[in-house]
Amino acid sequence: MLLADAKKGQTIKILSIPNEIVRAQAIRFGISEGEVVTCDELIPAGPVILKKNRQEIAVGHGLAKEILVEAV
Amino acid sequence: MAHCHESNIKIDLPEHGRKIVLAGNPNVGKSVFFNALTGMYVDVSNYPGTTLDISYGRFGEDIVIDTPGVYGISSFNDEERIARDVILSADIVVNVVDAVHLERDLFLTQQIIDTGVPVIVALNMIDDAKRQGIKVDADLLEHLLGVPVIETVAVQGIGLEEVKNSINKAKPGIISHSELQQLLTKMHARVASQGEALLILEGAPIIAERHGLKPGQHREDIYLMRRQRVNDIVGHVISEVKEGTDFKTRLGRWMITPITGIPILIAMLYIMYQAIGVFVAQTVVGITEETIMQGMYEPFIRGLISKVVDLDSALGYILAGEFGVLTMTVTYVLGLLMPLVVGFYLFLSAFEDSGYLPRLAALTDRLLNKVGLNGRAIIPLILGFGCVTLATVVTRLLGSVRERQIAIFLLALAIPCSAQLGVIAGMLAGLGGTYLALYVVVIVSVMAIVGTLLNSVLPGKSTDLLIDLPPLRLPRINNVLKKTFTKSFSFLKEATPLFAIGALLISVMDLTGFLGAVQNFLAPITVGWLNLPKEAATAFVMGIVRRDFGAAGLSDLALDPMSTIVALITITLFVPCIAAILVLFKERNKKEAAIMWLGSLTIAFLVGGIVNKLTGMFASDVSGSWFTIFVFIGLAGLTSVVAKMKKTPQVKTVSQEG
Repeated sequence: MLLADAKKGQTIKILSIPNEIVRAQAIRFGISEGEVVTCDELIPAGPVILKKNRQEIAVGHGLAKEILVEAV
Repeated sequence: MAHCHESNIKIDLPEHGRKIVLAGNPNVGKSVFFNALTGMYVDVSNYPGTTLDISYGRFGEDIVIDTPGVYGISSFNDEERIARDVILSADIVVNVVDAVHLERDLFLTQQIIDTGVPVIVALNMIDDAKRQGIKVDADLLEHLLGVPVIETVAVQGIGLEEVKNSINKAKPGIISHSELQQLLTKMHARVASQGEALLILEGAPIIAERHGLKPGQHREDIYLMRRQRVNDIVGHVISEVKEGTDFKTRLGRWMITPITGIPILIAMLYIMYQAIGVFVAQTVVGITEETIMQGMYEPFIRGLISKVVDLDSALGYILAGEFGVLTMTVTYVLGLLMPLVVGFYLFLSAFEDSGYLPRLAALTDRLLNKVGLNGRAIIPLILGFGCVTLATVVTRLLGSVRERQIAIFLLALAIPCSAQLGVIAGMLAGLGGTYLALYVVVIVSVMAIVGTLLNSVLPGKSTDLLIDLPPLRLPRINNVLKKTFTKSFSFLKEATPLFAIGALLISVMDLTGFLGAVQNFLAPITVGWLNLPKEAATAFVMGIVRRDFGAAGLSDLALDPMSTIVALITITLFVPCIAAILVLFKERNKKEAAIMWLGSLTIAFLVGGIVNKLTGMFASDVSGSWFTIFVFIGLAGLTSVVAKMKKTPQVKTVSQEG
């Protein structure tokens, strides 16, 4: 499924991130392909807040529609 | 190959002196270390081609250089490029990390270690970590990284002495992975340093170009090795993590969720309005602009100049006349702008320091997406209410050219700067709710319509939001004051010549009769199309000089309420002040700036006229206003629907982090 379709509180595994630069930045934040993270907050049609341990990132809606994830 | 190491800023390095570079993620407390190491005497120099300043100072024989906070060193944005160049030129790197956020921070640490430079790590905010139930084994961390690690609580001065005394113990650490070591050894044979070898392997185009090499294709592999290594280290050194949501975590969440985030934002804006819009703009500016500058400074300067030059001559007029370079410019910059810019930067720095800004970006992201921007654009848009010139410069932080174009045009078109806002608010105050609603709805709709249209017309795709949400912290006063000072100072330094050139241009236009010609040219539009008295043209022309002059010119005309609204809408949308226009020309190319300027002018008169004609269809102002409000909301809605229909998927890039 797409990250944009994840539910609040759901634990998900990130399968693929489309863009090379986004991937690089995601690796820096430790929230990259293969990582298991929590979908901590969903702003309706807005960003998805991902959390892993204490690291939180906000992912814009457009980008969240391009990131493939699976429920864990 | 010493030239390869140059970091583009001229710093006098004493003989035998070393370059000690401070590096770390944003908001980890680097500045406290910088101050502790360098003491009072600090130099600040602009980094060429950016708005960023680099601070440096002496530490004994050595030089300490501060770098912008970054999550990694590559070429993703100006901050990174500067940090990269400065770190590559370092003899020793003092890397400050946030003990609460090791997973994020150690990525940079490990990347710096991979450059081969001697490193010492300050494990900062260890008290915060303890409070949150995180135990970090500093000895083990030291062992795993291969570089000295010192626990610190910088704001309380704990550990600072030890860092100072341990700088000589800095040493190269353990490379992320043996595979990377092999790659590095191979590449190092071809270039001057291991650091450059690393960045070439990671695909940094500029570094590769310096050596006539092709940028490497290994970034992702190296990043993944490094991430794995960091996760491994973190897994070993951190224990007793007790997960629990404390108040700060919950507050941080409330700031992002619309239902609580919007009231929090409104409260923040209200506090800002009271502090800047009321206290600074009225009380402080009353003293600085009227009492000090106009009451004391200007008469003094005019007296001085009259001894040498006749004040009625052309030169006298240019120097000390109505738009005098030595009178109006100085009064404007020091008396009016400086207090406002300082006020805005105080809030912005406090927001930045506390971690509110990225949350605000997340909150507003959805709304800004509709006009082709992402949440990060909220920063220049808010600053625009302070000074459009300032905000135009700040749009540099946006991720793509098209975002800058949209943001700059919206700023130039629809955001009234604080000077103008004061006059507008005063004129609206006496008119009542319906008129106020008409004004606000028309301006906001125009912004939405223009933004949506630009978003669908401009080629390419805007970048998406991808930002780190740092922990919320109480802003540190010292830090906020220092940021406010450096940012305000560098803005005023950059803008003052523009205001002076602007004043000069206007004086010349006035002396040559050009201003009068423009007034005559505009007269038919003002009278026939906007239904305003002929003199209103003067107010519009004055608006070119300073937007508040334009608005103030209107209040002298004794207009009826509907004409006041039409005039206010027109003057708000009208071209920005001359300094903002000059910045526009400086930031964008001539053609683009000219289009924006003419576009702003056309839209202002077009919208003003439409409002005039629509409201004129009704006998009562109130019915006319409501009808017009519905028309504009309808138009905005229609534009949004049409734009959505024609939207096609396109290749996209992504916003820079941070």
